[in-house]
Amino acid sequence: MSDLRKVSSSPHIRDKATSSNIMRDVSIALVPAAAFGVVHFGINALLIILLSVVSCVATEYIYEKLMHKPVTIMDFSAVVTGLLLAMNLPVSAVWWMPVLGGIFAILVVKQLFGGLGQNFMNPALGARCFLMISFAGRMTNYTYDAVTGATPLAVLREGGSVDALQMIIGNTAGMIGETSVIAIVIGAAYLLWKGVIDLKIPGTYLLTFLVFMILFGGHGLDSTYLVAQLAGGGLMLGAWFMATDYVTSPITPYGQIVYGVILGILTGIFRCFGASPEGVSYAIIFSNLLVPLIEKFTVPLAFGKVKAKGGQKA
Amino acid sequence: MNSAGERLYNGIIKENPTFVMMLGMCPTLAVTTSAINGLGMGLTTMVILAMSNLIISMLRKVIPDDVRVPAFIVIVASFVTIVQFLLQAYIPTLNASLGLYIPLIVVNCIILGRAEAYASKNPMIASLFDGIGMGLGFTLGLTSIGLVRELIGSGKIFGMAVMPASYEPVSIFVMAPGAFFVLALLTGIQNKVKLNMAKKGKDVSKIQSGCNADCASCGSKCSNAKE
Repeated sequence: MSDLRKVSSSPHIRDKATSSNIMRDVSIALVPAAAFGVVHFGINALLIILLSVVSCVATEYIYEKLMHKPVTIMDFSAVVTGLLLAMNLPVSAVWWMPVLGGIFAILVVKQLFGGLGQNFMNPALGARCFLMISFAGRMTNYTYDAVTGATPLAVLREGGSVDALQMIIGNTAGMIGETSVIAIVIGAAYLLWKGVIDLKIPGTYLLTFLVFMILFGGHGLDSTYLVAQLAGGGLMLGAWFMATDYVTSPITPYGQIVYGVILGILTGIFRCFGASPEGVSYAIIFSNLLVPLIEKFTVPLAFGKVKAKGGQKA
Repeated sequence: MNSAGERLYNGIIKENPTFVMMLGMCPTLAVTTSAINGLGMGLTTMVILAMSNLIISMLRKVIPDDVRVPAFIVIVASFVTIVQFLLQAYIPTLNASLGLYIPLIVVNCIILGRAEAYASKNPMIASLFDGIGMGLGFTLGLTSIGLVRELIGSGKIFGMAVMPASYEPVSIFVMAPGAFFVLALLTGIQNKVKLNMAKKGKDVSKIQSGCNADCASCGSKCSNAKE
């Protein structure tokens, strides 16, 4: 982070929120989903989560030591990255996959671009896509309890039927942290209560996606299909925890709505017309890249200014 | 400073087309999936570059200034056609793996750049060696990128397995994103070496490209600019 801070003229808002407070809240909010993952998938899931977190924190520490920068591991952002990365891995992942992913997330996606606040893409998702492209076979191996299970989304794509209730509870195959809607929503509710996130991004994201699936999903208003699409895959985890990442989402209120709509449309396109049944992570990192552009076009009117005639901003 | 040796040094190190001038990025990123592809592409480009530099330098007094770019392209395209037929006849495997990128050498900006910036203003022998030097620099850049990508992305070097059998290839490195990672990494290392040398007080003027190597649009007088 740069030492030069731009201080605008008064009035200023006083707030107790700091990076580390926010990141600590996000870590706490991720605990239910992580705990569910460990209970559901077994002790190996815990090992993957630990490895991923340790790898992220260690990479951040070593890089900042080597580059003679202030060490920022106490702000919990690396912990959040590690947790999110682990939740996006299948339980069958080999030990070096979270380690490699953690190093990639922190070193390439975050630190090379200047550390927290400067990364243009969600580090955990960047690493997930890196692993997904590199080790496609291992990343889509959803074996647990020695049973090879297809994810509900894959079943749906093949035209099979799924149990929507089991999907909401999370009793299905999938990535470690993404299966249980209930656990994720508990975490999200905590973040909403704390004021860390608001409904703009996740709300517009989920709503747009729902509308898209009704229009193009090919099943019309079939409620089981729609619930399964909403509950399946990484959509819940992505919408509540990864699309709302402060650094990589727009800061302007209108921008957040535009961002949510783009996310919903992209996820719908990837899921309906793409090669794989899942598309949340690509949709999010793709939209991350559009954020500077969105912000540029949605700068709110400064206080006291009036709209010029003809809708032009003064 | 138009001696053959100086031209070679200039092309390979000082104004290396890949790492210093960042020219010809399209083939650099696209074909370097393995060391042998990088080497093949580099050498193919070198032959065309040297020959077209030679011919353009020969004709530099004949070609009217107004239509010089079309004239250059005709010359370059002729050599590309010749080389492609030769590759098809004698190294069909390389031809198959480079595919479309051979005809695309016609619009490779290194070749047009050298024709415009150097060969059209300088004598024949110097232009020939300028082409060879730039071509070798390009070959060096492509081969080293291909080497790293092949090693990480498929665990091989020049098609021979060198990594232990338990090594799992990180296949993103033989796909498009890997090209960007490796190019940026190698360029970064190379700049770091130069910076360290500069810090130690060594004379880096011979290595670092002082200008943007674009003599055509540069107004200042230097030893490189002639006429």
